Amino acid sequence: MTARHPALPGFRLSLGLTVLWLVLLVLLPLAGLVVKAASLSPAQILAALATPRALAAFRVSFGTAALAALFDLPLGLLLAWSLTRYRFPGRRLLDALIDLPFALPTAVAGIALTTLYVDDGWLGALLAPFGLSLAFTPSGIVVALAFVGLPFIVRSVQPVLADLPRDAEEAALTLGAGPFAILRRVILPPLLPALLTGLALAFARGVGEYGSVIFIAGNRPAISEIVPLLIVIKLEQFDYPGAALLGSTMLAASLLLLLAINRLQRWTAAERVHVV
Amino acid sequence: MWSDRGIGEPIWLKRLAVIGTVAVITVMLILPLAVVFTEAAAKGRAFLLDALTDPDALAAIRLSLLVAAIVVPINTVFGLAAAWAVSHFRFAGRGLLVAVMELPFAVSPVVSGLIYVLMFGLQGWCGPWLAAHNIHIIFAVPGIVLSTLFVTLPFVARQVAPLMQSLGVAEEEAALTLGASPWQMFRRVTLPKIRWALLTGMLLCNARAMGEFGAVSVVSGHIRGLTNTMPLHIEILYNEYNLAAAFGMAALLAAMAIATIVLRMALEWQHRRSLARGTAAMGSMPA
Repeated sequence: MTARHPALPGFRLSLGLTVLWLVLLVLLPLAGLVVKAASLSPAQILAALATPRALAAFRVSFGTAALAALFDLPLGLLLAWSLTRYRFPGRRLLDALIDLPFALPTAVAGIALTTLYVDDGWLGALLAPFGLSLAFTPSGIVVALAFVGLPFIVRSVQPVLADLPRDAEEAALTLGAGPFAILRRVILPPLLPALLTGLALAFARGVGEYGSVIFIAGNRPAISEIVPLLIVIKLEQFDYPGAALLGSTMLAASLLLLLAINRLQRWTAAERVHVV
Repeated sequence: MWSDRGIGEPIWLKRLAVIGTVAVITVMLILPLAVVFTEAAAKGRAFLLDALTDPDALAAIRLSLLVAAIVVPINTVFGLAAAWAVSHFRFAGRGLLVAVMELPFAVSPVVSGLIYVLMFGLQGWCGPWLAAHNIHIIFAVPGIVLSTLFVTLPFVARQVAPLMQSLGVAEEEAALTLGASPWQMFRRVTLPKIRWALLTGMLLCNARAMGEFGAVSVVSGHIRGLTNTMPLHIEILYNEYNLAAAFGMAALLAAMAIATIVLRMALEWQHRRSLARGTAAMGSMPA
């Protein structure tokens, strides 16, 4: 162990406190989850995970999260572009509002979105004449996850876009390139890692999301039932091993995503240093 | 109005982009917020006041405030310790420590509640022992506090650690050389340097603590007047089709979310201002 500032006090105290807290609050309970799931035999695990209902829940959770993140990607890029590159009245207010999904409790978002998108809601009434009914369908889940995920894309892209050096764009302009050619060849390539980071963050958040989804989803088994809800149902039936098994699977997915996001963030940082 | 940094796009394209931006933010963010306040006001002020002063509603508000009042200070102390350890020292396992600290943000809120049910629930690891000693954690307030501690764990460290790292420790070392005790150094040098980031972290921690739904829902047991927090009370009212009351409570939380965003902007502005004034003014700050 080497301290970077050997003279600085509090190393043992702060590290001890941190490790104690993380072990008690995070590592022990998570280990308990995995051990509980591992108490099942491989045959039992397969039987529990390979039910049509569980498989469908995984498909719904991962599918809607992916769709929502992909839906947010171009919108997030547009918002990040306008908010960093243009000056217009109300810009600061709109920029602050981007953080709303981070600050608004998920249950509030859930009932608000449901009320908006039911057939006689403000937006549902506009869509109903076209035969589109989003609430209480898997599309409703995508609506909720798109709300929750939007700030991840915008906030990942914004700082990189703001730091982009102008000389390449100006050179391209001088050489007669059109705006779309500049966007595609000069702007987007250095933005790629940030865009992918935002995409992964939105996806990861969407996979585990619960509060904003359960109100609008309709929660029909095998159609619009997400994995977190299935965990809650297993718990209510006192099927602790089954809940632990689904929970461990979600935990494994979270760990993989965390690893991927870490990589992407490092790539984003490296790209920024390289460009600036 | 259009004094901006474009890439030679015509003015109509810029206008289109801004109109698109305003439209997306209106439909995706402003309308959900607007519907909360509209629905809350749907049955008039008297109904709203009655719904919010109903004993179960008051109990839910009190419980949410209690949970936040316990969780925010504890996670602030922990967050400061973690930030101090990871930003100023190099040690084996530092990367792993940082990764574990991020875990609560990565796992599903439902899993965050589930792990405590498996720990302390009746069929859980410690369940029989707790039952024998008549200690209630799950379906009681301690479980709600525990799962909220878990989901809000990274907020303070996340705000403070990058700042501590970038500001360095020159002033701290100077204070120590001049004979300050470690505690004096922390209180008079470190704390003033990081206070705006610290307050931002505490603010975000509080917003999540008051608003957490999934994790708390799993451990609470939904006992009215006893283990219902504000978000859980919203769910119950909504499922009973008592929409105006549900949105009344939701409006309180939405107002808290707006206040959080506004305060955060103010704190960031203060932070930039104090950075701009530089370290010269630091010594004159009240300790």
